[in-house]
Amino acid sequence: MAKLFPKSINRLPLQLAVYLVVVVCVATAGVTYYMTPKYTRVGYAPIQPVPYSHAKHVGELGLDCRYCHSTIDTAGAAVPTTQTCMNCHNQIKTASPALALVRDSLQSGRSIPWVHVHVMPSFVYFDHSVHVNRGVGCVECHGKVNQMDVVTQMQPMSMGFCLDCHRAPELRVRAKADVFNLDSKTIEAAQGIDAARRFVHDWNIRPPQSCSGCHR
Amino acid sequence: MSHAAEDTAGAPAILSEIRPAVKPRAVLVGHGRSFSWISNKICGIAEEKTPVWWWWCFIMACIVASFTVAGITYLVATGVGVWGHRSPVNWAWDIVNFVFWIGIGHAGTLISAILCLLRQKWRTSINRSAEAMTIFAVVCAGIFPVFHVGRVWYAWFLFPLPNSNYVWQNYRSPLEWDVFAVSTYGTVSVLFWYVGMIPDLATMRDRFASVGRTMRARIYGLFAMGWRGSSRHWSNYEMAYLILAGISTPLVLSVHTIVSFDFAVSLLPGWHTTIFPPYFVAGAIFSGFGMVLTLILPLRAIYHLEDLITQYHIDCMCKVILATGTMVGYAYAMEFFIAWYGANPYEGFAFINRAFGPYWWAYFIMISCNVVTPQFFWFKAVRENTWLVFILSLFVNVGMWFERFVIIATSLARDFLPSSWGYYSPSIVEIFTFFGTFGVFSVLFLLFVRFLPIMAVAELKAVTPQADPHAGEAHT
Repeated sequence: MAKLFPKSINRLPLQLAVYLVVVVCVATAGVTYYMTPKYTRVGYAPIQPVPYSHAKHVGELGLDCRYCHSTIDTAGAAVPTTQTCMNCHNQIKTASPALALVRDSLQSGRSIPWVHVHVMPSFVYFDHSVHVNRGVGCVECHGKVNQMDVVTQMQPMSMGFCLDCHRAPELRVRAKADVFNLDSKTIEAAQGIDAARRFVHDWNIRPPQSCSGCHR
Repeated sequence: MSHAAEDTAGAPAILSEIRPAVKPRAVLVGHGRSFSWISNKICGIAEEKTPVWWWWCFIMACIVASFTVAGITYLVATGVGVWGHRSPVNWAWDIVNFVFWIGIGHAGTLISAILCLLRQKWRTSINRSAEAMTIFAVVCAGIFPVFHVGRVWYAWFLFPLPNSNYVWQNYRSPLEWDVFAVSTYGTVSVLFWYVGMIPDLATMRDRFASVGRTMRARIYGLFAMGWRGSSRHWSNYEMAYLILAGISTPLVLSVHTIVSFDFAVSLLPGWHTTIFPPYFVAGAIFSGFGMVLTLILPLRAIYHLEDLITQYHIDCMCKVILATGTMVGYAYAMEFFIAWYGANPYEGFAFINRAFGPYWWAYFIMISCNVVTPQFFWFKAVRENTWLVFILSLFVNVGMWFERFVIIATSLARDFLPSSWGYYSPSIVEIFTFFGTFGVFSVLFLLFVRFLPIMAVAELKAVTPQADPHAGEAHT
C-alpha cells in the first residue's frame, strides 16, 4: 500500500498546537487592545462648528465650568445657549469671523450644532448633579479640559471605568471646593487615604454597584 | 471476624457439595460471525453507494431542521418576546426542550462510561451510536438557552472572559453551574466518542486505501492519527479510554444533577425539593435509553444488524428502561408524599395543582408514558416484540418531554400569589423551533450513519465467542 501521508505529517500536531497558541494569543491581544473602549473611544476629538477653545476661556481667562454648563450641579449636563456666548461676545471680538456662526445663531434662533463628545448610551442612567455634589471632580471623567483647544475624550467611559470608581470612591473624591478646579488634587493625594475614607463616610457616599443602579 | 476465621480455616464442608447452576453467558454476536464479517458489515455501511432511503430521510430532516433555522432567525431579528413566555411563566418550552435534549444524552454517557467500568460487554454494539446521539442531543439542547438570552451575540457573557464592562458571572447561580456542567459534558463526550473511534477510523482508512479511494483514505487517515494497531498503540489507547471512562462516570450523575439545581435551588413550590437530583438523573437515563431504542431499532432493521444487536441487547435496554422508569414513578409518588408529609400548604397546593389543575392533561400524559409504559417491559413477550419495543420507546420520549413541561410550567403558572397566576401556551415560533431540532438531530445522525463506523468494530470483535479462548466452555 502506498503511503497516504508524507513523513512530515508527523509534525502536524505540534505545528497545529503552536499555530493555535499563536493565533489565540494574537487574537486575545488584538481584541484587548483594539476592540475595547480604551482604544475605540479615548482620543475622540470631533471638529466643532465653532472653534471654541476651553484652554483659552477656562485655562487663561479663568471661566468657571458652571458659567456655561450652568445646570451641572442641579439638574444635569447642559450645552450653553448662544446667549451665554453673546454675554461677552456682544462686547468682545464682535466682528471675529470665527464667531460668525454664533451671531447667525443668535439672529436666526437656531442652536449651534455642537458635536456630542462624551456619549452616554441611553440604557445608562447618569446624573451629573449627584456626582459633582459628592466630590467627584469634572476632571475625573473629562480630563484637563482647561488645557484643551479641542475637547477630546480622555476616559473610556466603559462600564468598567464607572465601576472602578463606584467600587473605590475614596481614591477619586476631592474637597467640595475643588470639584470644579481641574488642577486640584484628590483628597487621597493631598491628605492621605484616611482623610479620603472619612470624607466618603461623612458625606455618606455609597455608589450603587447593582445592575439597576445605572440600568434602571 | 468469625467469617474471616472460617475462611482461613478452610471452606465450609458444604461448599464442596454445592454445584452452581451452569448458566450460559448471553452470546453478544449471533451466528458465530467472523471478524471479517463484522468489519465488512459495519464499514460497508459507510462504503456503499448512498442508498435512496438515506437521501429521502436526509432531505426530510433538512426540511424539518429549517423550522429551527426559521424560528431562530425570526427570534434574533425580532426579540425574545416572540416566544410565549409571559410573567409568571418566564421559563417554558426553551428550558423544557433544553432539559429534554440534555437528558437524552445521558444514556450515551452511561453506556460509554459506567457500563464500560462495570464491564457490561453488551454495550459494545450500541455505545458508538449512543455516544453520537449524546453529542447531537447536546447540540440541540444548547440551542435553547443560547437563544433564550435574547441578544445572542452577548452569549459569551456566560463564560468568565475579562471585559471592559466588568460583567462577571454569578457563581452562586445554578445557571452558571449549568454552563460549566454542560460544556464539560459536551467536551468529554466528543473526546470519548473520538478516542473510541480511532482504531475504526484506521480500519476504514486502510479499506479505502486498499481499493484506491485515496481521497477518502486521507480524510479517515487524518483523523486516525497514524494508528497502526501496534501493541503500544493498543496499550495507550486502552489506558486513555479507561481514563476517559473514569472522567465521564461522575458526569453521568453530575450533569443532570446540576440541571435539576436550576429548579431545586429556587424557592418555588414544586421546584424546591431535595429529591430532584436523583430523580432527574434517573429520568435522564430513562429518556436516553428510550431514544437509543428509537434510533437503533430502525438502524438494525435497515442494515440487518440482528447478529450484532441481538435480542439480548434489546432485553438489557428494556430492563434499564424498566428500572429507571420505575424509579421515576417512585419519585413522582414521593413528591406527593413529601408535599403531604411536609404540611406546607404551598407545597401541597403545587402538587394538587400539578395533577388536577389546568395542566392536568400534561400530568396525565406524563404518568401514563413514564410510569405505565415501562411496566410492559416486565413481560418477555413485549421485549421480544421489536415493533412494540419501538412504539413504547416513542412513548418514553414523549413522556419525558411532558415531565419537564409539567415540572416547569405548572409550578410557575401558579405560585404563592393567586393574583399573579397565569396560563402558558407556546407561540408558533417556539413550536417551530422545537420541532426543527428533531431535524437538526436527524441531519447530524444521518451524516454519522453515512460517514462513520456506527459500531465499535474493534471492540465488537473482542466480544465475539471466538475471541474468548474459553469459548463455549462453561465456568466450573
